[in-house]
Amino acid sequence: MAATTEPVLSIRNLGVAYETSQGPVHAVSDVSFDVGADEVFGIAGESGCGKSTLIRSLLRLLPNNGTMTAERCTYKGRDLMAMSDEAFRSTIQWQEISLVPQSAMASFNPVYRVGDQIIESMRAHRRMGRAEAWERAAGLFDVVGLQADLLRNYPHEFSGGMRQRAMIAMALSLDPGLIIMDEPTTGLDVLVQERILRRIREIRAEIHSAIILITHDIAVIAEMSDRIAIMYGGEIMELAPSVDLFENPHHPYTLGLENAFPSIRNVGKDLISIPGSPPTLVGPVESCPFEPRCPFRIDGCAAANPAVVDVGDGHQVRCLQTGDVARMRTLAREKSTWRS
Amino acid sequence: MVSSHLKRRLKYLRLALVEHYRIINANPLSRFGFWVIVVFTLVALFAPLIAPYDPWEMVYDSEGNFAALQPPSWEFPMGTTHLGYDLFSQLVLATRTTLLIGATSGLISIIIGANIGLIAGYYGGKLDEVLMRLTDILYGMPFLPFIIVLIALFGRKLEFVILAIVLIIWRTSARVIRAQTISIKQRQFIAMAKARGASDFRIIYKHILPNVLPLLLLYAAFNIAWSIITEASASFLGFGDGETISWGGMLYELWLSGKTRVAWWWFASPSVCIILLVTSLVFVSRAYEEVANPRLRKR
Amino acid sequence: MAILELERLSRHFEVRPGFVDRVVRRKPSSYIKAVEALNLTVGHNEILGIAGESGCGKSTTCTMVAGLLAPTGGDIRYKGDSVLDLKGAGLMEYRRRVQMIFQDPYESLNPRFRISEIVAEGPTALSLWDGDEIDERVNAMLNAVGLPHHKYADRYPHELSGGERQRVGIASALVMEPEMVIADEPLSMLDVSIRAGILDLFKDMQSQRHFSAIYVSHDLSILGNVADRLMVMYLGQAMEIGPALEVIRNPKHPYTRALIGAVPVPDPRTRRAIPNIRGDISKPIDPPPGCRFAPRCPHADASCGERFMELDTADPHLHQAACHKLDVINDG
Repeated sequence: MAATTEPVLSIRNLGVAYETSQGPVHAVSDVSFDVGADEVFGIAGESGCGKSTLIRSLLRLLPNNGTMTAERCTYKGRDLMAMSDEAFRSTIQWQEISLVPQSAMASFNPVYRVGDQIIESMRAHRRMGRAEAWERAAGLFDVVGLQADLLRNYPHEFSGGMRQRAMIAMALSLDPGLIIMDEPTTGLDVLVQERILRRIREIRAEIHSAIILITHDIAVIAEMSDRIAIMYGGEIMELAPSVDLFENPHHPYTLGLENAFPSIRNVGKDLISIPGSPPTLVGPVESCPFEPRCPFRIDGCAAANPAVVDVGDGHQVRCLQTGDVARMRTLAREKSTWRS
Repeated sequence: MVSSHLKRRLKYLRLALVEHYRIINANPLSRFGFWVIVVFTLVALFAPLIAPYDPWEMVYDSEGNFAALQPPSWEFPMGTTHLGYDLFSQLVLATRTTLLIGATSGLISIIIGANIGLIAGYYGGKLDEVLMRLTDILYGMPFLPFIIVLIALFGRKLEFVILAIVLIIWRTSARVIRAQTISIKQRQFIAMAKARGASDFRIIYKHILPNVLPLLLLYAAFNIAWSIITEASASFLGFGDGETISWGGMLYELWLSGKTRVAWWWFASPSVCIILLVTSLVFVSRAYEEVANPRLRKR
Repeated sequence: MAILELERLSRHFEVRPGFVDRVVRRKPSSYIKAVEALNLTVGHNEILGIAGESGCGKSTTCTMVAGLLAPTGGDIRYKGDSVLDLKGAGLMEYRRRVQMIFQDPYESLNPRFRISEIVAEGPTALSLWDGDEIDERVNAMLNAVGLPHHKYADRYPHELSGGERQRVGIASALVMEPEMVIADEPLSMLDVSIRAGILDLFKDMQSQRHFSAIYVSHDLSILGNVADRLMVMYLGQAMEIGPALEVIRNPKHPYTRALIGAVPVPDPRTRRAIPNIRGDISKPIDPPPGCRFAPRCPHADASCGERFMELDTADPHLHQAACHKLDVINDG
């Protein structure tokens, strides 16, 4: 809840379209949010919701057929849209905005020592001697809970969890203002995940970086984030401080996700799935992307894409029926509501 | 009443043929190649009906003169040889021989190569070791000398020409299909087929074979092309079947006649046919290469 | 009577040292003991869940029961008879009655088979019925799993979504009329919003068709939802077994406690206790005879590394943990 000060990242109306043989695919449309300093901003969504495309566009890693548009996209007041690729690469990428990718295995070159790769990435951006860089890398390994002598090892000698922590150390190496973590614990065992998440929580106080955490795991995002955005069909459906999102969910998709997600604290609970499958996003956005699967749809939902409604305390919902939320919440708990 | 099961099988067969036609039709070069092959096949099938003369018949022009070494004309569209044989008739009948050799040795070699590749790749272990060392030995054989020696030993007969070609060219297809088989057998759908009770035989021929089919067709086309070239080379060197006439054999006759510098038309028609047919096969196989290798696919 | 019994089932994988080490230094082979002396009884109509992290031996156990991998020790008994030396008709019957549902719906369907062919594969391979009857049963099965046959039978797997493909996987197992189904993480590759639908399908099918099942997953919340009984494994050994809700709500074994404590809760208002274990999971290469969790266990002493407790799994209501120190732990 640190968004009161000047935001680190401020985005208005961001869209990404891919040109394909079947026409343009609007992978991301009309996304707006701010990330405050020291804040963990969670973005949750299922496969194809546009969360990966969104971060790729922020880091300028889109493939050639993708184009990004935005009304505003600023990092600490600097306009990223006006910046050339060259300037972005030399001043922002990795130094100011770093990335912890989903697959740390593929991100390390197997033929170089992990330590060498970390100091190379430091020295590429900043004037720094080898010894100084090595010392800093050892300090970072300590921060993420790895022994410094592991720096001399090769990536294949690391376990999955160790590689992910080494990746986090590398992302921290230049004191970036913003770290984007893309599914940082997906595919790891639960005890390993627990240790990494705990470490991320512990270092938050020390590093003064904002974090964007992207995952499909609602439980991970609930535990880690200050604010959460729920994405579906390339758009943010609901954005709220995390406690508020769980206490006062407004969007039918959020209600559906809560039903579908099992909790270890409530194992007897009957799980309810959302019928249907996500939209293909081909062609222009002319209706609410969730409309075909929504049990509460009304005539207006298919006519136009609903505008974002602010329901108070920074809680935003992209839905026409925010006035009727009490009834939706009651009905959403019934399995019969979600039968297609 | 036709059983519904049979109906479904026939429907899937029809759809599969449509799919193969679509693959070939998707690209103008392979479409061209396909029709060239169809035309050559028709010529080969109806060769005696198309050829105006016997290939070894001395021909006379309309004025009754002996027509030796005539350039192409309305009467003899591809000219004549120094002994007065009609080259068009020779070419048409040679198409038959060349296609027969190409198709037979190409198909036999791909059948041998595919089976050895599938079996070696699927079972692995000692069997794989033995079969692959066998192919290694064949890789050590120089191509043309092997064929020449074999034919010199057994005689210039069509069967031995085919045998010699088959013995040499199955090796590449076996290796490639083995490699593909090894990668496919590790995939989960093979474990699933096993869990459902499919036998080894069924897994090899029902589950793995369709997945190597594009590659197999690609190599079948290559093998046919190679057989045609090899037969032409062997015939040109005088190791073809003496009884029948083939494209390479025509070039050999030209060489023997010593008229190479004068009779360009004698040289032109069989050469163009060899190039046209081999390129067409390569064009068709390219279409399958795109299916076999998804990286070449445009999406 | 139990439908399936595993008695001291083991699977060791030999790791041969390099040529020089083997010939010159006479180094012996080492063994990865993926599954070690596992006892398990599955009752009629019971869904038994197996939980554990990667490398705990849960998938190896599945492939052995499904007959895809031969055990190196112990016995598998199906309806009282050992299945390890089955041949001919008996083996065919076992292959038919014990079916597996695979994890990855994108990898487990043959890309060149149509949906109807995939589902028909088992019955065709074992010649269970004639062609027309197979077709009829395949169509009925597709309808039953929520894929109307007139719409899906002629399609290829790549034309289907992940959830639809997993339905095909389930149909292709159930068309064999199995008495025992082994489900190896069938939900882990699917999106959250559709998982519940597949889980419901599995449970509905089980209550209609009365098969027994082993359901393997790393997700304890899902197991709590689907399984009657739950076994927790660690590095090839069974750590705890008992009624599923009982094990999740009142875990006894230190490992189970850590595992359940580490599962994130989808509610920002809750706080979890930090699991009290050390170190990382290792590979079970030539492990000592005792409890394999001992090196990471906060309560372990020297005796834990020497002896291991085998569980008695015959009584479906018994909740037990393979730990000698339970009294100490519960007192402290």
